[in-house]
Amino acid sequence: MQALYAQLLVGLINGSFYALLSLGLAVIFGMLNIINFAHGALYMMGAFVAYFLLNVMGIGYWPALIIAPIAVGIFGMILERTMLQWLAGLDHLYGLLLTFGLALIIQGVFQNYFGSSGLPYSIPDELKGGMNLGFMFLPIYRGWVVIFSLIVCLGTWYLIERTRLGAYLRAATENPALVRAFGINVPRMITLTYGLGVGLAALAGVLSAPINQVRPLMGENVIIVVFAVVVIGGMGSIMGSIVTGFALGVIEGLTKYFYPEASNTVVFVLMVLVLLVKPTGLTGRAA
Amino acid sequence: MKTRTIALLLGTALSVASAGFAFAQDKTVKIGALSDQSGLYADLGGPGSTLAAQMAVEDSGLTAKGWKIDIISGDHQNKPDIGTAIARQWFDVDKVDVIVDVPNSGVALAVNNIIKEKNGVYINSGAATSDLTNAQCSPNTVHWTYDTYMLAHTTGQALVKAGGDTWFFLTADYAFGAALERDTTAVVLANGGKVVGGVKHPLNTADFSSFLLQAQSSKAKIIGLANAGGDTTNSIKQAAEFGIVKGGQKLAALLLFLTDVKAIGLETAQGLNFTETFYWDMNDQTRAFSKKFAARMKNGAPPTMVQAGVYSGLIHYFKALDALGGNPHDGVKVVEKMKSMPTNDPLFGKGEIQPNGRTIHSAYLFEVKKPSESKGPWDFYKLIGTVSGDQAFTPLAESKCAMLKK
Repeated sequence: MQALYAQLLVGLINGSFYALLSLGLAVIFGMLNIINFAHGALYMMGAFVAYFLLNVMGIGYWPALIIAPIAVGIFGMILERTMLQWLAGLDHLYGLLLTFGLALIIQGVFQNYFGSSGLPYSIPDELKGGMNLGFMFLPIYRGWVVIFSLIVCLGTWYLIERTRLGAYLRAATENPALVRAFGINVPRMITLTYGLGVGLAALAGVLSAPINQVRPLMGENVIIVVFAVVVIGGMGSIMGSIVTGFALGVIEGLTKYFYPEASNTVVFVLMVLVLLVKPTGLTGRAA
Repeated sequence: MKTRTIALLLGTALSVASAGFAFAQDKTVKIGALSDQSGLYADLGGPGSTLAAQMAVEDSGLTAKGWKIDIISGDHQNKPDIGTAIARQWFDVDKVDVIVDVPNSGVALAVNNIIKEKNGVYINSGAATSDLTNAQCSPNTVHWTYDTYMLAHTTGQALVKAGGDTWFFLTADYAFGAALERDTTAVVLANGGKVVGGVKHPLNTADFSSFLLQAQSSKAKIIGLANAGGDTTNSIKQAAEFGIVKGGQKLAALLLFLTDVKAIGLETAQGLNFTETFYWDMNDQTRAFSKKFAARMKNGAPPTMVQAGVYSGLIHYFKALDALGGNPHDGVKVVEKMKSMPTNDPLFGKGEIQPNGRTIHSAYLFEVKKPSESKGPWDFYKLIGTVSGDQAFTPLAESKCAMLKK
């Protein structure tokens, strides 16, 4: 029984990464209608920016939590301005192909210079060590990841669903021409939204740098799972992706305990089941 | 008229002679470097192995003797079907003579069959499974650098003898992990220890916390990592996070490469014991080679044991070809010649190739240095013991290779 609690908690930790990443994807899909396959590569860039800040400029983990998402967010906005905006209104497939190509290029460039085995990034001193919860030894850093990403997720949900800015955004998605008529700069808002989604990916990258290796392909592995999360949660649904992210982390954790060989396929089995029963995802509305 | 006939006859004779001459002295070789070029094993083999092959060609001196040697490389993506498809194409279309490297035991075993079928030469450096020279041995195969039997009988044995008598395995769920777990279990049991549990994880796993918790609660003294590359580095890094080593359990990194230590960082990796058959900083010859090698690598990395194995395996292959006086394009014949000559090269020293294809040379027990002991960017290991080749590798009497039972 104790082991079970431990696995649940570990699942929650992985779930926080899924939630942060799928949230970014959901924001981008919901607001821009772009299936952002470059998300994993941007997540990886977040971790690399943290690594460079530390090793080249001596800037530690805490400032990196802010600087890396902004830096990668700006990179994302440049991508949106120079490339993605031309695809607005076209079939989803075009955006998917473009971002997929971008992901391959970005990963290829990083791999060319840094190889594939990764670079070390250690846990900040303040969060080193762990505490004994009775049923398991919880590394403080992992506890921090869960709490921090939960706050970020809920904050983003609040921003989009409950503030005036969020209302503009949702309105701009629904009917850009009308919102523009009210004197709101819709293209700029879309660029900023893409920057926000990308920033969330980079933030997840910084959070994961001390746990996983900082390596060029770190995003490639996680992005497919995250897409499954988004599909299960319902494309574009903000709350859906947050809840599904955490939930699937837990389910995956339990699978690792009961039948580890299936741990990297269980998410896809669930995806198939959900698509069969409810094609719009658990919280999605029919288009 | 007469002179014309004589000239004609003479010309024909000359051309026949020269054709025969060319046949006996076919001096063309095509090398295929098959590896994981972009995945989790790319740094320990990959482009570095192709470079090692290139350097072997340059250092062999054969080009000066009129040989024409080409190298092509391929990416098997850690998938046996892709690996075998490339190997088939290389033999059928590209007329490759020898395939080198091939990390990932699953791919390596699949390719082994193709090479036997096509009568090519296989100098495997990257794969670990001891099956290549045991149950699945082939007259076309030389397994150069290391294998699971050697890892189990060096690192594994040393740990059991030091009191680590209960083991829990974290095993990569494919041919390699299974072979390493099997060989290590045999050593643990033979030395009076026992295996209390284990978990099989998918290849290329990012998060090991679930598995590590299971290992932790097993209370085993030793957690044996029967995995490699990125899987091993993640296991070790996350084990530190979960306080596993501080809690009194010891990690056995059964297979650890130079690039893995770099990725983990000395802070976390210090004190780990493991075995390799090559380290760049062993002696003047290895240092000289590594310096040349690193200068040509994009990230300035010195060679890993696998890349060094590609180099010295090919050096020996070229010696055999040189002794044959030409390339017969007959895999079995060339491998027989290789087995008949003792191996001796600057990187692995003196050794021999056994009749089952296993190359025998010394293995070295290393310990990862403390950050304060490291004097340079790749100064990671300190030598703590040497095991002679006959102690480290499968004794012929124990080998299950069918070729030995003629």
